[in-house]
Amino acid sequence: MGLGRGVKVSCTVNGHKQVADGVWEGESLLYVLRERFGLYGSKNACEQGECGSCSVYLDGTLVCACLVLGGQANGRSVVTIEGLEGAKVQQAYVEAGAVQCGFCTPGLVVATHDLLHRVPHPSEAQIREALAGNVCRCTGYAKIIDAVNLAAGRL
Amino acid sequence: MEFFQPATWSEALAMKAAHPEAMPIVGGTDVMVELNLDHRRPEAIIDLTRISELTQWGTDDGLLRIGAGVTYSQLINELGDRLPGLAIASRTVGSPQIRNRGTVGGNLGTASPAGDAHPPLLASDSQVELASTSGVRRLAVGEFFTGPKRNAMRKDELIAAFLVEPARGPQQFSKVGTRNAMVIAVCSFALAIDLERRRVGSGIGSAGPTPLRAIEAEEFIQGELDWENRARPSDATLRRFGELVAAAAKPIDDVRGTATYRRHALAVMARRCLEWAWAAA
Amino acid sequence: MRPRLAPPTAIRGRVGDGVQRPDGLLKVRGEFPYSSDLQVEGMLWGATVRSPHPYARILSIDTAAARTMPGVRAVLTHEDVPGKNLYGLEFEDQPVLAHDFVRYWGEAVALVAADHPEQARRAAAKVHVEYQVLPPVVDPEQALSPGAPRLHPNGNLLRHVKIRHGEQAARADVVVKGEYEIGMQDQAPLGPESGLAVPDGEGGVDLYIATQWLHIDQQQLARVLGLPLEKVRLTMAGIGGAFGAREDLSMQAHACMLALKTGQPVKISYSRPESFVGHVHRHPGRLAYEHGADRDGTLVYVKARILLDGGAYASSSTAVIANATCFSAGPYRCPNATIDGLVVYTNNPPCGAMRGFGSVQNCYAHEAQMDKLAAALGMDPVELRIRNAMETGTEMITGQVIDGPVPVAELLRRVMSFSLPIGVEGRGEGTPLTSLPGGVSNTTHGEGVTRGVGYAAGFKNIGYSEGFDDHSTARVRLFVAGGKPRVEVHTAAAEVGQGMVMVQAQIAGSELGVNEIVVLNADTRIGSAGSSSASRQTYITGGAVKAAAEAVCKRVCEIAQSELYPANVLRIENDSVVGADGKPIVSLATLLGDEVIEETRTFHPRRTHHLDPETGQADAHMQFAFAAHRAVVDVDTELGLVKVVELATAQDVGMAINPLAVQGQLEGGAAQGLGLAVMEEILVKDGVIRNASFTDYLLPTILDMPPVRMDILELGDPNSPYGLKGVGEPPTISSGPAIVAAIRAATGRDITRVPVRPHDLTL
Repeated sequence: MGLGRGVKVSCTVNGHKQVADGVWEGESLLYVLRERFGLYGSKNACEQGECGSCSVYLDGTLVCACLVLGGQANGRSVVTIEGLEGAKVQQAYVEAGAVQCGFCTPGLVVATHDLLHRVPHPSEAQIREALAGNVCRCTGYAKIIDAVNLAAGRL
Repeated sequence: MEFFQPATWSEALAMKAAHPEAMPIVGGTDVMVELNLDHRRPEAIIDLTRISELTQWGTDDGLLRIGAGVTYSQLINELGDRLPGLAIASRTVGSPQIRNRGTVGGNLGTASPAGDAHPPLLASDSQVELASTSGVRRLAVGEFFTGPKRNAMRKDELIAAFLVEPARGPQQFSKVGTRNAMVIAVCSFALAIDLERRRVGSGIGSAGPTPLRAIEAEEFIQGELDWENRARPSDATLRRFGELVAAAAKPIDDVRGTATYRRHALAVMARRCLEWAWAAA
Repeated sequence: MRPRLAPPTAIRGRVGDGVQRPDGLLKVRGEFPYSSDLQVEGMLWGATVRSPHPYARILSIDTAAARTMPGVRAVLTHEDVPGKNLYGLEFEDQPVLAHDFVRYWGEAVALVAADHPEQARRAAAKVHVEYQVLPPVVDPEQALSPGAPRLHPNGNLLRHVKIRHGEQAARADVVVKGEYEIGMQDQAPLGPESGLAVPDGEGGVDLYIATQWLHIDQQQLARVLGLPLEKVRLTMAGIGGAFGAREDLSMQAHACMLALKTGQPVKISYSRPESFVGHVHRHPGRLAYEHGADRDGTLVYVKARILLDGGAYASSSTAVIANATCFSAGPYRCPNATIDGLVVYTNNPPCGAMRGFGSVQNCYAHEAQMDKLAAALGMDPVELRIRNAMETGTEMITGQVIDGPVPVAELLRRVMSFSLPIGVEGRGEGTPLTSLPGGVSNTTHGEGVTRGVGYAAGFKNIGYSEGFDDHSTARVRLFVAGGKPRVEVHTAAAEVGQGMVMVQAQIAGSELGVNEIVVLNADTRIGSAGSSSASRQTYITGGAVKAAAEAVCKRVCEIAQSELYPANVLRIENDSVVGADGKPIVSLATLLGDEVIEETRTFHPRRTHHLDPETGQADAHMQFAFAAHRAVVDVDTELGLVKVVELATAQDVGMAINPLAVQGQLEGGAAQGLGLAVMEEILVKDGVIRNASFTDYLLPTILDMPPVRMDILELGDPNSPYGLKGVGEPPTISSGPAIVAAIRAATGRDITRVPVRPHDLTL
């Protein structure tokens, strides 16, 4: 397609083997997830790691999918918002009123899931430090903290 | 654009030798921004994430040898006690997502004057280990930075590791940004006190074309500190140290701050870091 | 060919309930389709060629090289605009694609459609545009000077709003003057501009788009595309925030042009840097004020000159300057006023709507002036405000008498009565770094930190002003499905995240007593709802839904009566028709059978009038909303770093249709106010944006935004549906000025510019 030879990206996404052929070498994992695998839950808000909206797990580690080159995901295991075992966190976000436009929400849910996995009952300071990379423009964050506390109480 | 994914270090070095314009990538926190925002289209990219030794650290003749692929999160969790200054600096890097991916190796490769790891590396006399098919060399980190986003690497070289002595005394790091998290340094300062050798190391970030040391300030304070009794330095001494650090900076006005403010802030940070560090000595 | 959109969800709830968002579950699961997520078979990607100069004459455009690039399906320039190559919200002054001049850095010049976004980008880079670079007009004062280049045919002065109220030569015992400067803020909605245009094969196009106002987009697109309205159909796609950034066209016309040209669906999705040039911003301003007061603190006069930089195109500048001027004195009684509000064209980025719409800039100035005046009088700043606070029946400086509840003094008393948070000294050793200025950047362990407390109050209009025919249309259908009554509500109101879908359902649910309400996706198959802006949508579209639902209810009751159910007073409750005694008479399912009851209503609020061009006097506004804030800050006075410790606010919302959503507006709006106060600014040098990214345009993070304590008053407006007031903007107006007042209190410095920068507090 005039973009070079293209690479093959083959990885496990949400427990399923996914393969994309002819991927342009410069495509991010975010683009591959969204446009190749049809998983649009990870969001393309800044594509420079500054907003956290594309947070996913890569081999169990919380990362920004926009900062992973598609080819780097070869042979790796990716969990996106669509495959997250995160019902309690998700329900807490809805109940606490922590969702407005929701563009930041999938990333925040994944980051919250990661936080509560590491620290089941985080202090407010720990919540704030852990979620500092997830920018929300709508809520002013108060209800996001409520949601994390609500989810922590449930876990 | 070509994409290479070497499985071994020697394979990686061979690829870099064959494609000297190729851009190495590990955490992607700098490289991917350039790709995503169309700032750069390298001829080739070499993914170094398959090379397991890059993500390992160990000791080498009294020094810690830390692979270029060790992340900031690893530094904080695994080496925080031995490299407290670098750990404080690492905690200020981006967000958990960034710290989980970003590496000191990448910070060195980009060689931005604002790189958060640089001042602590300077303050503790670290070395950078560069490798190519023709061999390995180690450079003092102070000689590694040659200009804004420029370093002393040859085109056929890759960063293998950095080497640093475990702390022999208190270390501090402080960084000014215009928000309370997730911020690139307006300026930053690192301090490492070596109680055994009675030496003080310093590092200045984001206030010059390269990260800098404040040599005069180091010499001044080494002579002033009460190494025997560890008494608190006088306010005048603390202030003088701050002034000398500020004087060592070569800041400019840019989108993140003014030169005058940077000097001012460095003096304050240097004074505070010294006070905190000495109180812990 | 339709992309997958969010499925309509049944909602239960009544007015006043804290109903959970119907789209909430989809959003937390990542299943909610936003405009940038849309895709259909055979979709192309659009890219935009943009001007690298703030001002230049276009000498030639050569697309030949771009056309031959791999994957390229179309390359378009101004020559390919099918209709009129001008558009605009207030007047048509902006080309869809520049033809003779480019007037700002980043202006769209050409378009590419290709199979892959990278192919589109590479081809866009091959479009060769020859420019004759011209010296740009980058200073709004310079724009007004006689020798300045005329950037538009009618000159550089876009609008001059004059207010001449009361005695023009009034004198006072105590006079304070000040000059203030406001930086350019970005709305920074997290979802960048994006949409999908699908050609219908018959010359028309369907556009799936994240916008604030479908119909104004449609009108502008029809003219630009040279098509009748019915050939340009718009459907609301999932939106990642708006805040004013989606009032103007961005990629809408471009995607439609490419789709019509190629015959294929085209998606355009801006990157974050492109988004910074893809929408208008909050006007930067320079404001010079003079307040005169009696010795007892009673205001005698206000004089002000407000100069806003409109940038290269008009957008909604003329309305923004009207607001900045009308509300320039703040929510205070002031018998005499001489105000000049000017907005000008420059070669800076175009400015327009952002939350607060003109009332944000002036609030920084009038609140700084009130504090200055209090200091000059030796009075408590809150007491001074309360002494002059507007009340019901107060005549504004525009001569309009404010009716309904005007609780300015009450709001100030309430924010003052919140207990103060524990101070720096009381926190002791274990204070986490995250609660100190600088946070984990480890700049202070308490050294140099001083606390300050500041207050501010603000107000603005709700809805459109100055004689604009504000209205919205709603269609409500009641029918029986699966043995249960179901209501469908259809309007064109844009859900921008504020919860409009939920609010419409709550209103229909309340009026119809039906449990299952479905709000259909907004589109142009129904009449205009106006914009989701000016804090107006719950009022206006809510009013339309209420009217349509009432009409449906009336028909149901008529049917019930005609079928001789023996009750004089009938209403619907819990899916049944009930009598005066509240007992069910007949279920709706039984009563209606197969019958579908549908009513459409258009709601108009009370009329407003044009400002007199010489005196600015008129009943120009429909409703007013008031809020007050108290800010507590810790400032590292040596480094100039600020930690906002707490915000407290009181606001009269008239009636909280959804209390949870109201709280979210108060908290989120305050965060945007905080952003402008201490960090957010688009830095423009010589017409070029220097920080078009989230690395250097800093938004408040969760470590920057403090808790917001809230006192929500529901005083009921006698003129509005349910007594509600618009809620969204007041939180963004006085929050920032309160923070700056607190910083002044902490530092003793006379801060006259926002955002406040570290060097403003130290050097």
